[in-house]
Amino acid sequence: MKLQRMNRRALSLGALAVSGALALTACGSDDTGSSSGSSSSATAAAGSIKCDDAKGQLLADGSSAQKNAIDAWVKNFTQACSGVQVNYKGSGSGAGVTAFTQGQVAFAGSDSALKPEDVTASKAVCSGGQGIDLPMVAGPIAVAFNVSGVDNLTLDAATIAKIFDGKITNWNDKAIAALNPDATLPDLKIQPYHRSDESGTTDNFTKYLIAATPDNWKYEGGKAWQAKGGQAAAGSSGVAQGVKQTNGAIGYMELSYAKDGLGTVAVDTGASAPVKASSDGATKAVAAAQVVGTGSDLSLKLDYNTKAEGAYPLTLVTYEIACDKGNKAATLPATKAFLRYIASEDGQGILSGIDYAPIPDAIISKVRTTIEGLS
Amino acid sequence: MDISTHNTDTDDTPPPTAPPAVTAEQKRAARGATRPGDRIFLALSRGSGIFLLVIMAAIAVFLTYRAYLAISKDDANFLTTFEWNTGLVPPKFGIAVLAFGTVVSSIIAMVIAVPIAVAIALFITHYAPRRMSGPVSYVIDLLAAVPSIVYGLWGALVLVPHMDGLFGWLNDYLGWTGVFSWDDGAPRSMLTVGILLAVMILPVITNVSREVFRQVPQMHEEAALALGATRWEVIRMSVIPFGRSGVISASMLGLGRALGETMAVATVLSPDFDIHASLLNPGGGTFAQNIASKFNEATEFGRDALIASGLVLFVITLLVNGAARMIIARRSEYSGANA
Repeated sequence: MKLQRMNRRALSLGALAVSGALALTACGSDDTGSSSGSSSSATAAAGSIKCDDAKGQLLADGSSAQKNAIDAWVKNFTQACSGVQVNYKGSGSGAGVTAFTQGQVAFAGSDSALKPEDVTASKAVCSGGQGIDLPMVAGPIAVAFNVSGVDNLTLDAATIAKIFDGKITNWNDKAIAALNPDATLPDLKIQPYHRSDESGTTDNFTKYLIAATPDNWKYEGGKAWQAKGGQAAAGSSGVAQGVKQTNGAIGYMELSYAKDGLGTVAVDTGASAPVKASSDGATKAVAAAQVVGTGSDLSLKLDYNTKAEGAYPLTLVTYEIACDKGNKAATLPATKAFLRYIASEDGQGILSGIDYAPIPDAIISKVRTTIEGLS
Repeated sequence: MDISTHNTDTDDTPPPTAPPAVTAEQKRAARGATRPGDRIFLALSRGSGIFLLVIMAAIAVFLTYRAYLAISKDDANFLTTFEWNTGLVPPKFGIAVLAFGTVVSSIIAMVIAVPIAVAIALFITHYAPRRMSGPVSYVIDLLAAVPSIVYGLWGALVLVPHMDGLFGWLNDYLGWTGVFSWDDGAPRSMLTVGILLAVMILPVITNVSREVFRQVPQMHEEAALALGATRWEVIRMSVIPFGRSGVISASMLGLGRALGETMAVATVLSPDFDIHASLLNPGGGTFAQNIASKFNEATEFGRDALIASGLVLFVITLLVNGAARMIIARRSEYSGANA
């Protein structure tokens, strides 16, 4: 008994000594780390992120398409403003807008602009104001394929529509061969993959087909896939995985999922060269968009038929939705500070590195002005 | 001995005091519970029973109301439409494909799982050496503890890529039936889902069947053996008739899981809103899978529509359970109660 007690005391002394030493060394390494390695980014962040008197928890919900961008922003933002916790739940645009109109979140992310009935509903939570759309992120939707022996593939809107509608069923079809004179196309069944869940990606993909080739895509559009046939999978990751598993498959997904052995289709837009999905191409396409929102609402209408050089028209714009007036007093400073950061040059600057696209200058400057006016 | 002591007792006690004591006891027995413990327990259990009914009624009212909101705005026939698009103006959605897919995938699962489960249960109880039956039951129990999303991942990553051979074979030899024709698509079809569901419901059916087969009276089996029956004849004549209603109940438990399975189906199936004759080509859908994949992006109205589809699943489950109870009741002469 006595022996045990002595042992324990000796052990705890030892533990104390070890942990003390660890703590000391940890402190030392920390100091040198921050002074040499991360000083540049820390000062840059401190320079651009204005915390003001923002603090507390900022709840947000919505689009899963912009979740990765939000995560990156939140990481930088909370480093600078340690008093604010941003909690973005990527449960989907529909859920986000519902949460917003019920007053559960400070702002929502959505892949499509507010519908008139959503605006009406938002007036209940924005006292004296209404919900507005602020375009913050663009993202190219890649059409990825997995065909053995084919590395580069060019398609135009009409061919894409016919493939996804089951009108073109074999890879050696004349329409595809005409667009790809150099490729050796195999005699292989095409297996088009689409989303089985409702999705803003589907909505934007079909919007493109409706606008660019109305004769070949006669469906009404929306978040649910409407064409018959083909394969379906849940989520962009499910589609990417399905395309990877199946020789002869083709599917649409956000660019960040089109990796690891998947080729992406270059879209023949009528410009001098076909355009591959890229962050830069998406920004150029958004530059051709029109602001159609009224007042401080900045919802965009993309020009899907743009022939601008290097513009990739198959692009999705996702919005942050907040009240123009009547934001909750408790969360207004934090909302403003966070939105101000993500619309800033630094905030937009990190997007192309994570397969999103920044909003072009002409539009983002309007967003910045609008954010300053939020109350 | 007993009688004599009893006699002396009655002799000792004076006659006038004995009758009132007896009547008080009888009264207490007639009135039932009178001590506080009994009364409190009665109130608690009765309250719990009523509470459960109230909860169920409240859920039913809520679901029916929300379903009514959705169906009253549905532009298409809710029962026969091959489409699910609540975002349209006016919205169009119907459950025909979902009902068909739910029933078909569950039937496939039952056809595969029930014979295998019964065979495993018989093996564990009557054939396997004791040293082996323990581990086999243990592994089956483990299968039941695997969460369904893990089955879904396993199905999508392992099962689907390995179905090509089976599907090709079925198409070659049975393709002429139309039910087993295959267009070389990725095998993410109703049959794959059925096979996955079969694996998932196997442990439930096996466990209950095993317990039932263990309850077969030893005398029945020994009597059969004494008449010169082989082990198979013992099983056929005494074990299976005795366990039949138990196996049916077990299968219904499994069917319940197959009907309501959500994430595994949503991960494996390639759904569309069409009914296909072929079980091998992708397509179809189930209620639970459709709710899982549409819920995230659904608007308030879209959720009401999904709730309406859930109500139909509830009705189907109710019908299936009712039918199972009728079958069991008809076979009650074989049940353990009469053995």
